Amino acid sequence: MSETTSTRRDALRSIAVSLAAAGAIGEADAQHVHHEVAEVKKAAAGVYKPKVFTPHEWKTLAMLADLIIPADEVSPSATAAGAPEFIDLLANNNERLRTIFTGGLGWLDRECEKRHQALFVNAKPTQQKALLDLIAYRKNAEADPSLLPGIAFFDWARRMTVDAFYTSPLGVKDIGYVGNKGMTTFQVPADALAYALKRSGLG
Amino acid sequence: MQVQRSAPVHDVVVIGSGAGGGTAVKVLTDLGVKVALLEAGPMLNPAKEFKEHVWPHQVPHRGAGDNAESYFGRKDFGYFSAPNGWWDIEGEPYTVAEGQRFRWFRSRILGGRTNHYGRITLRFADYDFKPYSRDGLGTDWPISYDEIAPWYDKAEAFIGVTGSKEGIRSAPDGVFMPPAAPRVHEVLIQKACGRLNIPCVPARLAVITKPLNGRIACHYCGQCGRGCVTASNYSSSQVQIFPAMKSGRLTIFSNAMARELITNAEGKVTAVSYIDKATRTEKQIRCRAVIVAASACESARLLLNSKSPRHPNGLANSSGVVGRFLTDTTGFSMSGYVPALAGMKKHDTDGIGGGHVYMPWWLWEQQKDIGFPRGYHIEVGGGYGMPGVNAFYGSTRRHEGYGASLKKKIRDEYGCFVGLAGRGEMIPNEKTFCDIDPTVVDRWGIPVLRFHFEWADYEIKQVEHMRNTFAEIIEKMGGQVLGDKKAGGISVGGEIIHELGTVRMGNDPKTSALNKYCQAHDVKNLFVADAAPFVSNPDKNPTLTICALSWRTSEYLAEELKKGNV
Repeated sequence: MSETTSTRRDALRSIAVSLAAAGAIGEADAQHVHHEVAEVKKAAAGVYKPKVFTPHEWKTLAMLADLIIPADEVSPSATAAGAPEFIDLLANNNERLRTIFTGGLGWLDRECEKRHQALFVNAKPTQQKALLDLIAYRKNAEADPSLLPGIAFFDWARRMTVDAFYTSPLGVKDIGYVGNKGMTTFQVPADALAYALKRSGLG
Repeated sequence: MQVQRSAPVHDVVVIGSGAGGGTAVKVLTDLGVKVALLEAGPMLNPAKEFKEHVWPHQVPHRGAGDNAESYFGRKDFGYFSAPNGWWDIEGEPYTVAEGQRFRWFRSRILGGRTNHYGRITLRFADYDFKPYSRDGLGTDWPISYDEIAPWYDKAEAFIGVTGSKEGIRSAPDGVFMPPAAPRVHEVLIQKACGRLNIPCVPARLAVITKPLNGRIACHYCGQCGRGCVTASNYSSSQVQIFPAMKSGRLTIFSNAMARELITNAEGKVTAVSYIDKATRTEKQIRCRAVIVAASACESARLLLNSKSPRHPNGLANSSGVVGRFLTDTTGFSMSGYVPALAGMKKHDTDGIGGGHVYMPWWLWEQQKDIGFPRGYHIEVGGGYGMPGVNAFYGSTRRHEGYGASLKKKIRDEYGCFVGLAGRGEMIPNEKTFCDIDPTVVDRWGIPVLRFHFEWADYEIKQVEHMRNTFAEIIEKMGGQVLGDKKAGGISVGGEIIHELGTVRMGNDPKTSALNKYCQAHDVKNLFVADAAPFVSNPDKNPTLTICALSWRTSEYLAEELKKGNV
């Protein structure tokens, strides 16, 4: 770890903590700073060397993952949760996944070039979105069956990105899972029960 | 191959270490009998092998498996499940008759399938033992509810079962520990069922909520399926076999695959021939009596493969019933989204692994009116589960899209789902059985089983009733059924892992292989103590009845040994 990143990380952390504690910044901003911290921390841990993907594929995969699960006011994005690394690891150990992902990323570039004269990573955000809007929905194949390989690939990319994100500590926190602790007596919060009973009309 | 014979003669050799074998080991060693236990898989080391409390992010593959098995259906119970077995075991195939489907889940480890199973612990009802008398279908058991009830009591008191006294005929009350409180979605299900006149009662699970025999009470982490390091749920390995090892009367032979039962001129079993998997050599253990508890189909296979001039159809099979009358439980599932749960304060719903409530069968007096002869029970799912691989695939398939809106939908919907699973009775039929495949052997040279399986209209109609009922329950909660209400159907045979009936008991040696003590009619020192002796497959999970029958058989055997009758 270089001194620079260490210093920057520590600085960011102390800023976030003190500002949030003072009420000077909102939760969303504090979260943003936390995100920064995570990014710097990751960079400090050394650059991950993909086992399967070329540098270009890796860049495309990371971009795709963050388009699927972007950062929002609650939590950071899929790359902060290690989604590309997760996909790389499993694609390395499973030939079917390897073909699905290298093939799918290739399809994405060819299709993007055909439609927008640019590789996916170089396309404008509106162009990227236009292409994803076509392959993110199965029903689009009815009008244009040539989209089928892209739709099949995107289903895998979305599925595994979502898995990587929600199985990470960031995702667990985002979704609010508070278990895996154990209890001495199993108890249900009375206010939660009252809330659901009232809304169900069964109370 | 040179066969090595062991010098000592054991009182009893028990083949298989699941619920039946584990109970036999416990009861026999308690009664002073010397037991040799054969297990086809390795020993179990819970401290090392149970993945309780591990987070997905603590393993690089997040629980998908090193080779992404969870994405391709090869590890149906997932990476975190207790070591439990497989639908396919390398080198140990089985075959299925052309054009048919059957799946056989086998376990090869001490404790067998009890290490991971659902812990649902239900008594059969009085009428379940007399199905033929009730509706003219199937065959009556040679025992009644009253005859087996004392052993249900013993088994429940020993393994520990949650529950409450309800007085419902289809679900007889037992010896219960206090049940866990229902989760929020389970309270809604109970209320909805109340309006539909469907009973919904505290679940009966083999989990201890108070200390028992040195085992500490459940700590409500919801991970029973991963194996419990505190042995707060029942597994034969931890609750019966490990304690029995301290008796000094138990010898365990692991990685020992039983191949054949050897008989003498008087037709009695004198030894068990097995493959020592580590050395791939054949060995024999001599014994005074044998209890076969290798799982229903594996037990049938062993008997069918124990052929000799005196027993040309296999051992204990002069009736020809071994392998016949195979059944599995019917299965059907439906999920729903329940808006009433949206926005609720997040809280820890882990609890006991599995539902805290269930619905026993309620229409046993109206079978004629509803158009099918036998019932089912309903199991429930829901709550804020630990996020895992594939947990959100259903949501992404439904919503599709991507980006911040998808992320918000997943967040908002989390914990707002309920699942209902029906488990019903299949009636034995002529077309469903297993026999020895004439051409295939496994890697140990042992001929393998070939399955034949067909559901009848009885089961198909029952599952349609589940479909309509589940939709009603979900809608009564204000919920929406996920996906097409008409989609999906009955499970594939074997998939519910309640395969049984293949070495059935009965009073008539012409139509049954075993007597009422699960002792072979043809071979006095041969007993069967898994689910193979079952005469029918009621809408109750079989484990408790396996334990009760094995307990009774083991006491009977100990007494017969003492009297010198076997």
